[in-house]
Amino acid sequence: MNWITDFVTPKVKSLFSKREMPENLWVKCESCSQMLFHRELAENLQVCPSCGFHMAIIPRDRFRGLFDGGVFVEIDVPEPLADPLQFRDEKRYSDRIRDARRKTNEKDAMLVAHGQIFGLNTVAAAMDFAFMGGSMGMGVGNALLKAAETAVAQHAPLVVFASAGGARMQEGILSLMQMPRTTIAVEMVHEQGLPFIVVLTNPTTGGVTASFAMLGDVHIAEPDALICFAGPRVIEQTIREKLPEGFQRAEYLLDHGMIDQVIPRGRQREELGQLLRLLLKEPPMVRADLPAPEPEPEAAPEPEPAEATDTQPEPPSPDAVEPEKGAQA
Amino acid sequence: MQNYLDFEKSLAELEGKAEELRALARQDPEMDISEEAERLDHRASEMLRDLYAKLTPWQKCQVARHPSRPHTLHYVERLFNEWTPLAGDRNFAEDHAVIGGLARFEDRPVVVIGHEKGTDTKSRIERNFGMARPEGYRKAVRLMQMADRFGLPVITLVDTPGAYPGKGAEERGQAEAIARSTEMCLKLGAPIVSVVIGEGGSGGAVAFATADRVAMLEHAVYSVISPEGCASILWKNAEKMKEAAAALRLTAQDLLQLKVIDRVIEEPVGGAQRDPKEAISRVGRAISDMLGGLDGMSRDDLRAARRRKFIEMGRVGLA
Repeated sequence: MNWITDFVTPKVKSLFSKREMPENLWVKCESCSQMLFHRELAENLQVCPSCGFHMAIIPRDRFRGLFDGGVFVEIDVPEPLADPLQFRDEKRYSDRIRDARRKTNEKDAMLVAHGQIFGLNTVAAAMDFAFMGGSMGMGVGNALLKAAETAVAQHAPLVVFASAGGARMQEGILSLMQMPRTTIAVEMVHEQGLPFIVVLTNPTTGGVTASFAMLGDVHIAEPDALICFAGPRVIEQTIREKLPEGFQRAEYLLDHGMIDQVIPRGRQREELGQLLRLLLKEPPMVRADLPAPEPEPEAAPEPEPAEATDTQPEPPSPDAVEPEKGAQA
Repeated sequence: MQNYLDFEKSLAELEGKAEELRALARQDPEMDISEEAERLDHRASEMLRDLYAKLTPWQKCQVARHPSRPHTLHYVERLFNEWTPLAGDRNFAEDHAVIGGLARFEDRPVVVIGHEKGTDTKSRIERNFGMARPEGYRKAVRLMQMADRFGLPVITLVDTPGAYPGKGAEERGQAEAIARSTEMCLKLGAPIVSVVIGEGGSGGAVAFATADRVAMLEHAVYSVISPEGCASILWKNAEKMKEAAAALRLTAQDLLQLKVIDRVIEEPVGGAQRDPKEAISRVGRAISDMLGGLDGMSRDDLRAARRRKFIEMGRVGLA
């Protein structure tokens, strides 16, 4: 130890701290390989400005893009029994959950919030594919039930953004029981004459598709989203033939009558606003730049960190950047 | 001809020996084999009892899939009178993997719905091995709606590897069909009881088993994914199905402890396939008992209690 390691190294290190590394500022589009500046991508709701490819978006960013002024109130979800089966494959489920929580900073794969869409109070739930592939276990079931209860209590419509690799196998039969449980949530909303709208995003598969995600009054899908019960690989193995181009993609489902519309992310807020108003017999929305609603004191979201710089650094050459690793199902 | 599973190999040898001995005795009436044959029979029946008293979860999967196990049509034949099969989803097709119809159960008209796997190569292919397509679930919805209109109890028998993962099934909305069937189970204003008689395969099973009372045969299994599927995803190796079967906790005994099912129906020694008649009549008694417990409940009470039951699930774990 000398003064160099004590004093200089930390300073030098801080100059190259992780968040300033170019890897984090530039994201490569998974589809067209274009290098995209992270802030531009965030403003565009994680849709590639160059080719329109829809990347995964975390629930909080979805809510920011959905609600007036980006303001929403998050709703606490009752926490389920941890690791009910004491499940272990090559890794313990409790460890997988801990890793997923550390990685995403969220408790489970679905978040619930309420806020206003063009002045109309709405409850929304969004799934987080980064949290164990958006898999549905007790946590997701509890979240959707809570969302439905909130919608009923506030007499507000419910919009769900689905994104799931399927059931949370590590919860065994209890993950399967989320199919009836989430179906009950949908019934609760419907019984009150409230709209239940599903936005299917890439990917929505398995038990999620075969329960609440296919029970909406209206089904909207994001472009090119994979939406299915059995995945294409399983089907190819079963029928031993190649599947047609675009099979099980949003546009294919539109052609086969399973969804109502394919709407790019950037237009969803307006389309949802209009749809909900029509269903609820509300007057047309005012397409002005609405001020944010009065934030409720107990749960106003934290302000975005101040933007430090306006100038965008040069993109590094594409081969110098690791492509972002996709979430594992 | 007894159909043996791999873990029954030594049992097969014993029973084979006894059989051989008897064949010899038939040829030579002078031979006295009764003592030796009895000894072998006794050993075999002890071995059978011991084997089936401690089946591993994977062995239970094998028993649940046993080709000689009684299937839904066997139950329909023995448990119901005036069986009136009803066909078709009124949209596209009749799905032979799902049978449904009206019948009389102990003097009481009921609607029966169940997966049918088939009993020989021809019927297995015709029944698509009990893997339903969307039309099967839509037919079930149609029959449940009818039961709802006429206030008839619904009895479902679950025995499926899962919903069929095919191209056409996906195009015609497999996911939506399953979701609607589960939804209809919850909407039903009449009692619904369900018995998992073999394999309860994932969404394809829950679409029929979202019931007021769910029973499972002692060696039946009910799971979110097949052990093979789970092993290939989590272990990246389908050969690890034994480990996966154990980890998934898919046995009737575990599910009872988790309060996902309401009762376990004991099977004859050696499994339902050794004595189908007895297994079927035990299932009949359980159905009668479960339906009796729901007598006198109003439409609203039934639906509210059914909902509560599923909402409450997951409060109990396994140690």
